[in-house]
Order: sequence, then C-alpha cells, then structure tokens
Amino acid sequence: MLQGLLLIRRFEEKVEELFIVKGALIGPSHLYLGHEAIAVGAMSALSHDDLIVTTYRGHGHALAKGVPAKLCMAELFGKENGNCKGLGGSMHVAIYPKVGSLYATAIVGSGIPIAAGVGLGLKQQKSKNIAATFFGDGACNTGAFHEGTNLIAVWKLPVLLFCENNQYAMSTPVKRAVSSPSIAERGRSYGIETIVADGNDVISVYLATKTAAERARVKSEPTFIECVTYKTKGHGVYDKGEYRPKEEVERWLARDPVMMFEKRLIDSKTMTQSEIDTVEERVKKEIEEAVEFAGQGSVLPFNTIQQYVYAEE
Amino acid sequence: MRELTYADALREALREEMIRDANVILLGEEIGVFQGVYKVTRGLLEEFGPERVRDTPISEAAIAGAAVGLALTGFKPVAEIMYMDFLPICMDQLATQAAKMHFMSGGQLKVPLVLRTQYSLGRQHGSQHSQFTPAWFLQVPGLKIVLPSNPYDAKGLLKSAIRDSNPVLFVESGLLYRTKGPVPEEEYTLPLGRAEVKRKGDDITILGISRQVGEALTAATTLEGSGISAEVIDVRTLQPLDLPTIVESVKRTSKLIIASDDVKTGGVGAEISASVSENAFGYLDAPIARVACPDTPIPFSPPLEQLYMPNADKIVNTVKTIIGR
Repeated sequence: MLQGLLLIRRFEEKVEELFIVKGALIGPSHLYLGHEAIAVGAMSALSHDDLIVTTYRGHGHALAKGVPAKLCMAELFGKENGNCKGLGGSMHVAIYPKVGSLYATAIVGSGIPIAAGVGLGLKQQKSKNIAATFFGDGACNTGAFHEGTNLIAVWKLPVLLFCENNQYAMSTPVKRAVSSPSIAERGRSYGIETIVADGNDVISVYLATKTAAERARVKSEPTFIECVTYKTKGHGVYDKGEYRPKEEVERWLARDPVMMFEKRLIDSKTMTQSEIDTVEERVKKEIEEAVEFAGQGSVLPFNTIQQYVYAEE
Repeated sequence: MRELTYADALREALREEMIRDANVILLGEEIGVFQGVYKVTRGLLEEFGPERVRDTPISEAAIAGAAVGLALTGFKPVAEIMYMDFLPICMDQLATQAAKMHFMSGGQLKVPLVLRTQYSLGRQHGSQHSQFTPAWFLQVPGLKIVLPSNPYDAKGLLKSAIRDSNPVLFVESGLLYRTKGPVPEEEYTLPLGRAEVKRKGDDITILGISRQVGEALTAATTLEGSGISAEVIDVRTLQPLDLPTIVESVKRTSKLIIASDDVKTGGVGAEISASVSENAFGYLDAPIARVACPDTPIPFSPPLEQLYMPNADKIVNTVKTIIGR
C-alpha cells in the first residue's frame, strides 16, 4: 500500500513539475494529488481481473490497478510507446485492459452507464469478477449518473460505485451544487447499500471496498461508496485552485493521506523510517525510468492514425 | 421467392444471429414483454429468455452506455432506441464514447455494438417523433451508419452489422415496417459499404437514401414514360460510403439527384454532393440537385406532412427541371 501511495504521489509531482516548471508536458492533466488513498485502498481490495471504469482524473487509478508507470508517462507525453500509443493522453491513460483498467472517460458522469454494462456482462458470464467505477462529486449531478446508477440498482449488478467527493466540481463547491444533504444520501435513494469512507485514509477505503466487493461477488449487489477527500491542487495542472479558503486547504493538508499512512506505519511499528526510505528510493527510480522511457519514445506516424478509427474483423 | 415484411426480415436477422452467437444480447425499451413497439422483437423474449432480451427503463443514455459496457466485456449487444429523435439523449455514449474508444485506446478496445432505431416521417407523429437525422452522425468517425430500404437489405445488412467489430447505427424507416419484399430462405449477409444499382439508366442518376429509394424507383418508372432513362442507386450505408459506385454512375449520366428524408440544409445530400463534385466535377452537365425536406420542424397536420415529405412526384419534377423537358 505504501508503495502504491508513494508511486502515485511522486508520479503526480513529477507530472506537475514537468508541466509547470519545465513546460515539457502539455494538454490538460488532472492530478490525483490528495486522492491517493482512494485508488490504492480500493485496488488493494479488488482482484487483478476485476474491471474498472474511471475518468479523466485517472493517473492514480491506472497506477494502482497496475498500468506500468513508464507506459503512463509515455502516454502523457503523447508517445507511441504509451499504453494508448499517444492517441489517448492524460485523460485516457487508465485504458489498459490487460490489467483490468478497462476504460477512462473524459465526459463527467458517462462512465457510470458503461460500468452498468460491464457489470451486466460479468454477471451474465457468471464471472467471479466484478466492476468498479470511479467518479467525482460533480458527476452526481449528471443525467448519466442517475440513469446508470438506477440501472445498476434495478438489475442488481455487481458494480462498486466510488464517488470521490473532493469538495469541488472544478471550482464549484458541493454545497452549491448538490441538493441532497450528502452525496451518500443519493446512493441510498436508489436502494443501494451505501458506505461513507474516509478518502484520506487508505485503510478506511480498503475496508469499505472489501465489504462491498464481497457483497458484489457473493450476492451480485452493488455498493455506493462515498470517499470523502479534498482536491489539494486545482482542477487541472493549469488551475491554482485560488477559490479555496486558505484555512480549508491547510486543514486538509494536515490530513494528507500519504503522511497519515506513514505515521500510522511508524507509530504501529509496522515499518521503520529507513524501510520507508527504501520504498521511496524504489519509487523514485521507477519514476526516473518512466520519464526516460517516455523521452525515448517516438510519435506515431501521422499517416497511420486512420487505421485506428475502425477495428478490423 | 417468399415475401417478408421489413419488420419480419429484421426479426429474422436478430433471431438467426442470436442462435448463431450466444453473445448477441438485445436491450431496449418495450422490446421484451411488449415485443417491441413495431413488433420487430416479437417472440424473441419467449425463445431466448429475459437475460438475452432485456427490457430497460426509459433511460436512453443507460441503454447505450450499458451496450457499450457489454461490448467491452465480449458481448455483441443490439440496443434499440425507439425513435431516432431520442438519439440525442444517448449521443454522448454513441458519438463520444463508443465511436472513439478504439481510436483513443490505441486499438486496445473494440466496441462491437448495434444501435437500432427508426424514423417515423409520414406517420403523423409530429415534430418530435419523426425526424431523420443521419447527417449528425457523419461527423463521428468510428461509427458506421446503415439505412436499409427494403426487407432483403434489412435482413442482410443487420446480420453484417451485428457481426461487425465496430459501433453501428442502424436506421430503419418506420413507414417501411409493413411493406413486403422477397427474402430468400437461405442464409445470406450483405457487406457494409456497398451501394446497389437498383435500375440501370443513361440520362440521370438518382441516389436514394432509405425510404427514398422506393420513391426514386417509382419516379424512374414515371420518367420512362416521358422518355427519360434514370439510373437509381440505393446508398445502403452512409459510413462507409460507396463513393466509387456513385461516381462511376455520374460519369455515365452526367447528372445527379440525391433524394432523402432529412432536412436539406447540412443534410446527407450536401455531403454526398460535395464528395461527387470533388471526384467527378468535369463529368457533370448540371448542378447536383437535392430532393429533401424543407428547413422546418415536421408539421403534424396530415395534409401538411404530405406536402412536407419528399416523394416520387417531387423527384420527377426535379429531374424534368434539370433535363429541361
């Protein structure tokens, strides 16, 4: 888990650095900083072959599900050696079905109906695997959220719905956009078992996912998991997030998911600082290699892109 | 040869493909217990059971989205959207999700789904239950667009659409459901992307789209009486478009009329006209003409709707204007 958290943290810091400091990366990149505990907690309780449908804020889900960091980095650079050959980019970097990272959409809310179909497919195949979908608080106000969640509920599909409530849909705070007292209330209104997890606590998310995954596998029932967290940066790398009150940002930074988990490991004597440092070193090396790999990649020849429009038989 | 209605030919295609491939699943509003608003899915729930013939809530985005998810997990979903006017409700899933997945995943994902729908122009369904809008989807690379004009094509093209590895928008004509035509008992499929020359002629080419193919054939018979020999082509699929067949014909006749049930401005006729101009300008003896609907919503009043619709008479008049007889 620690390695997973650190991998996302350092990956995203590197992306931010390449984007802002060096100007080496372009295009929208929606960072997962501050959200790490959700992807890592969830994926730790899911199996390799469970299928996820995520969003444009998907770097963290991709890495936690097992998409190699070097493929992700190359994809962010738009290189042919990226997992989507540079045709997808940051917002679709979590498309790598080989590791169960099935799809990532850049349209808010649209992944939920797709996850319904994936869940239906798995159920119909009598598979032991389940589906999980990740989306933000903003998605809860879309029609696709309603139609998809209702279908998942009415057909009792093995789908886990992870709402990453990071308090802001772009710059709009939840309390100005969501009518119900809480987002979890929305989940309950569909008759779906609903859990509220601490999105900054990897163990809290892990336990919620474990319970939910078992319910999905055994009884083919969905669970709605609201993971309460905070967008410690802006909406995308271009956004400084100046609309957030200073005290609020500080309050949440004090609950930083990586810091809290490291403290827990040390306090419980599960790991020593030097063991943590070793993991840090390993992650640092992986990121360095990823950037190098991306740098070595070439760009897909333009005259070949037409062949990706339609699938052959 | 035996005759089947357009609806029954479609039903036979669905049934045969469901027998052939256990991964073919139907989903949509009222397709199971109610057997489809136009009875295209009649008897299929009884034969294949509720897991393969799924009645859905009135949730077009979820129907299309679930079809996408099913396709991603190895199924071959055939989703029904009751009216073409409801497609905008699931436009995101069709145009922004399904059609782009293969491309933006760098070829990792395939989305073999069929979205069946129909347009009811001519059935007094008013402005919001009648419109034919295939041109909207021409702006979506990654999608195939199929429009059968008769029972034989309906069956053969639907079978191919189901077997295709890409998302296919399959547009039926509501006015044609009860029309009959020859459909062989033996198995056959028709390739997507091949237009058909329905009638040979020398003086002018009339390209028909969906229901307008029948109108074009009627017009050609009338024109024959005036000594005008019209060639009639059925476009069959708009994406891929069989431009070579159309261009070859225009090179011989030097004149082209495109007849379709959509609104004229920005319609399919505009796109085909531009493509023919690019490829056969030097062969044209007259401007390419379009017989299409006027730029208004569809009026309910039956006499007004009749005046609104393109038909054989309008095609004949347009041909005579062009040829000058």
